Amino acid sequence: MLELFTELTGNALLGMIINSLIPLVFVIPLALFFVWLERKVSAHMQDRLGPMITGSHGWLQTFADVLKLLQKEDIIPADADRKLFTIAPILVFAGSYAAFAAIPFSSAYIGSEIDMGIFYVVAVSGLVVAGILMAGWSSNNKYSLLGAMRSVAQIISYEIPTVLVILSIVVLAGTLNLLKISEMQTAYFWNWFIFGGPEPGLIKFLLIPFMFAGFLILYISSLAEVNRTPFDIPEAESELVAGYHTEYSGMKFAMFFLSEYANMFVVSAIVSAVFFGGYQSPFGYLGNSLGISWLVPIEQFFWFTAKGIFFVFVQMWLRWTLPRLRVDQLMAVCWKYLIPYSFVNLIIIAFLELYR
Amino acid sequence: MSTYDLIFYLFAAITLLSGFVVVTSKNIIYSAFSLLFTFFGVTGIYALLGADFIAVVQLVVYVGGILILLIFGVMLTNKVTNVDLKTGGVNVLPAAIGTGLFAGALTAIMSKNYWRAGNITYEETTIYTLGSKLLLEYSLIFELLAILLLVALVGAAVIARRGRES
Repeated sequence: MLELFTELTGNALLGMIINSLIPLVFVIPLALFFVWLERKVSAHMQDRLGPMITGSHGWLQTFADVLKLLQKEDIIPADADRKLFTIAPILVFAGSYAAFAAIPFSSAYIGSEIDMGIFYVVAVSGLVVAGILMAGWSSNNKYSLLGAMRSVAQIISYEIPTVLVILSIVVLAGTLNLLKISEMQTAYFWNWFIFGGPEPGLIKFLLIPFMFAGFLILYISSLAEVNRTPFDIPEAESELVAGYHTEYSGMKFAMFFLSEYANMFVVSAIVSAVFFGGYQSPFGYLGNSLGISWLVPIEQFFWFTAKGIFFVFVQMWLRWTLPRLRVDQLMAVCWKYLIPYSFVNLIIIAFLELYR
Repeated sequence: MSTYDLIFYLFAAITLLSGFVVVTSKNIIYSAFSLLFTFFGVTGIYALLGADFIAVVQLVVYVGGILILLIFGVMLTNKVTNVDLKTGGVNVLPAAIGTGLFAGALTAIMSKNYWRAGNITYEETTIYTLGSKLLLEYSLIFELLAILLLVALVGAAVIARRGRES
């Protein structure tokens, strides 16, 4: 894709810039859609209707909200640290947007085909952590600071089970490149890693229960990494107002909101790429059977988006179903249950792979 | 100027400017946060040199780990943030001699050394060779390092617990 843009514009730098802006065109409408979806899902789960007035079933509601946020006065509290207060939302958004560089949208488009792929995605979430801490400190508000501290402690703790589960998939796949991991799980859904991976045999069936366990651990810890319920203690409204973005308003608040929904999609895309075949269709491609080769990447893009949206929907579903954990319960879940289980899971999967 | 050069100068500028802020800023929080950009710039330079694994590890260990720990430390020791840090000059003459000698040595190495500039074929990725080297050739050192880290971890836990009981 990068070569194509370089040829089209005749300039390597311009090609790079266009190549790196493509996910933005995808993320912003998607985040707007997610905000609308969250309202509708929460409303229907509570036997309400949610936004109904702006557009049919309120689909224009988030556009109206964005217009409102754009017009709002940019308020910086008098005692806040002006420089860091302004940089923080940009840093948080940059961190969550940087993750899109290594995620394959279809076999035709991936921002950068680096071999560090999934390790890179884990690494750039560090920028988000630093940005959250910056926002919490510079607001000069005790709720913001406490929210940021909780959020950072939570994200750092839950990175360990996430990385251990991803490592067990890397053991099976033999690569960190998300494009290659997705390519492996081609053809039919029983080739997905959740069903033991593409290689047939007895080991494949032995792997299935450990794969499901791994998927559950990864999904739970990814919920904690994006501060979603039941792990939303950094933003617990009854205790901390709104956590680290309490003092933010207008466009700066919108950037936090945007990056939160972008992050939700990133973790869902990672879950679907490592366990559910990424952009691969569960059953063949229409383009292949009709002999239209350009249709295949479009279908793949459809499946990628559909899987991502499905896992985001499950996150919303859980949010409006489960109560919030206490801080000690949060740490107990991570250190006493998820980390030992994911270690055992990793060792078993590594042994099975060794005796394949 | 090629694109590669442009990106290199961008990262070099980020590293140098933020490093300058780290040293000269009177606010310790500003120093800590601009260290973030220094680490980020170094990551970019590693990536440009073809050391992809080191680049990502730099991001994980320094930005995701050490820097966060540092900022936590700075924030929790609240009194430090109100103290005026010394950024003025003391012992100017010895420092000037020291840095002058060091700069002279560096420029001498840079100008006198014979740098082999040729068409080196970069490996596509370094992880495969790195992994087999670490686990086959240098496995003893690798395991010893792991034990050292474990000992440090246990020691830290023991020290923290003793403080609570007394």
